[in-house]
Amino acid sequence: MFEMVIPAFIVGGLICVIGQLLMDLTKPSFTPAHMMVVFVTGGAILGAFGWYTPLVKISGAGAMVPLSGFGYSLSKGAMEAVRQTGLIGAFSGGVQATAVGIAAAVLFGYLVSVTFNPKG
Amino acid sequence: MPPVILASYTVVGPKEGQGPLGTTFDEVWTDNIHGEKSWERAESKLLETAMQGALKQSGLNPEHVDYMLAGDLLNQIISSNFSARTMALPYIGLYGACSTMALSMAVGSMLIDGQFARNVLVGVSSHHETAERQYRLPTEQGMQRPMSAQWTVTGAGSLVLGQSGAGPRITAATIGRVLDYGEKDTANMGAAMAPAVTDTLVNHFNDLNRKPQDYDLIASGDLGMVGLALSQELLKRSGITSGPEFTDCGVLIYDKNQDVHAGASGCACSAVVFAGNIMQRLKAGELKRVLLVGSGALHSPTSQQQGESIPGIGHAVVIEA
Amino acid sequence: MASQNLRQPTIGVTPDEYQNLSKQFTPKPTVVKNTVRAFFIGGLICAIGQVMINLMVMGGMALTQAQTVATAVLIFLGTLLTGLGVYDEIARFGGAGAFIPVTGFANSIVSPALEFKREGYVAGVGSRLFMVAGPVLVYGISTSILVGLIYYLLLIF
Repeated sequence: MFEMVIPAFIVGGLICVIGQLLMDLTKPSFTPAHMMVVFVTGGAILGAFGWYTPLVKISGAGAMVPLSGFGYSLSKGAMEAVRQTGLIGAFSGGVQATAVGIAAAVLFGYLVSVTFNPKG
Repeated sequence: MPPVILASYTVVGPKEGQGPLGTTFDEVWTDNIHGEKSWERAESKLLETAMQGALKQSGLNPEHVDYMLAGDLLNQIISSNFSARTMALPYIGLYGACSTMALSMAVGSMLIDGQFARNVLVGVSSHHETAERQYRLPTEQGMQRPMSAQWTVTGAGSLVLGQSGAGPRITAATIGRVLDYGEKDTANMGAAMAPAVTDTLVNHFNDLNRKPQDYDLIASGDLGMVGLALSQELLKRSGITSGPEFTDCGVLIYDKNQDVHAGASGCACSAVVFAGNIMQRLKAGELKRVLLVGSGALHSPTSQQQGESIPGIGHAVVIEA
Repeated sequence: MASQNLRQPTIGVTPDEYQNLSKQFTPKPTVVKNTVRAFFIGGLICAIGQVMINLMVMGGMALTQAQTVATAVLIFLGTLLTGLGVYDEIARFGGAGAFIPVTGFANSIVSPALEFKREGYVAGVGSRLFMVAGPVLVYGISTSILVGLIYYLLLIF
């Protein structure tokens, strides 16, 4: 039950450290939204070159839970779909591979927004 | 005779109530929404409460008030407009961002001194959540505030100014100029406003041939710790020595361990500190002559997103016991 | 800018000098403290994700499916903690350690929707759900399509 938990902790923590440094050492106009975009795009590009896969192998959730993992799934999905279905796969693969996450975010996001009120 | 401050009233949120000036406010809400439907409605309610409180304390009927001057931070100064709807007084809306209290005191005094009015009701409000939502991010969104960031005061302060009667008098005012020294960081508004505030101070001292030591208290509106230190430095470099009499309402209102970083901001910051603590000290004879310098950052969320720098302004009013 | 002022300011500092002065007086972020906290919170969220994956794999689920389900559960927890008003406190402490995991993505979806609920269910909740998540999806999906297209061309030649 606890296998790979320590690698996940360390790799996940280190990825977040990169984010923190990006935020603290850049201009204030670099917001969390900018950072999320950078991480998803960065993960997708690293995934395309196959450089993110080893990180996933050694740390599991440590590489998958950060948003760079979301980017990795997107580009990995796109490439796999291209292998199976050709050109159209470039368009369908990424969204297909991440569909559960996106759908969960929309549904839970909606339900929680409707149920709760902002606390301030 | 110069215009008199006949009455004052303050209402604040819980965080301000827990601060070092907590006991100086007339009313402290237990939460920031006060049973209203939205944060915005709560802010209008704050302003109405303060204005009605001041009016009641002055003993005047609404018929005796010739003008209501009010302003706030929200788009189209909507909190003030809605309060004016309730008050149903002849209304002039003002926008000077966080300097609006000093601005409304200056304009109100001019109206009275020029004999355009017998009594004027002035007031401003700000609300932490409405300001966050308009200028920054949704309140529940995770973020880390930089050390230079300031916390918008939830509250409202109101004064009744009149031609005659007992109370501290507004004896002079210096309307500020807009200065922009290129600061772009909206999490560092003290730095954006410090040049304008200092410019107003220098002009004020030159015009009236005074020096900082002629005042028992010089209180800027919401420069915060960063802006106050910068303004003191700018004064020094302009050849004017100020001492401990120069402080900032945004530094006074919260305690260091309230996690507000560089201090407070918002229209209500200078309003509730002046209408509460400073008014009480003036009445008690502890302070004889006070200079209140409202400080405002005149940017908008749009100008900020388009990368424009933040224009600042400072308005000074002299109040004497 | 001050240089365009018709009447020169009275203060004895130029805008350029002021930029330096302002930098000098502005407190720096506490980088080391922030980084340690980001490591701890980010690591913790990922470790929780890994425990979930392990449990599901032990229960007989395939690894990729377990990863997907764990992501969905983390997203659910992120939205719930945002609704309860807890996640912004975690993020204030953990900084990027709370933004970067998928729970932070969930927080960025719920928080604007929650805040703008008073503007209605379509113009408020519906449109604001994607205020921060929108750009993430735009750039993420576009990049993946681009990657797929390049990969397709590489396979042909």
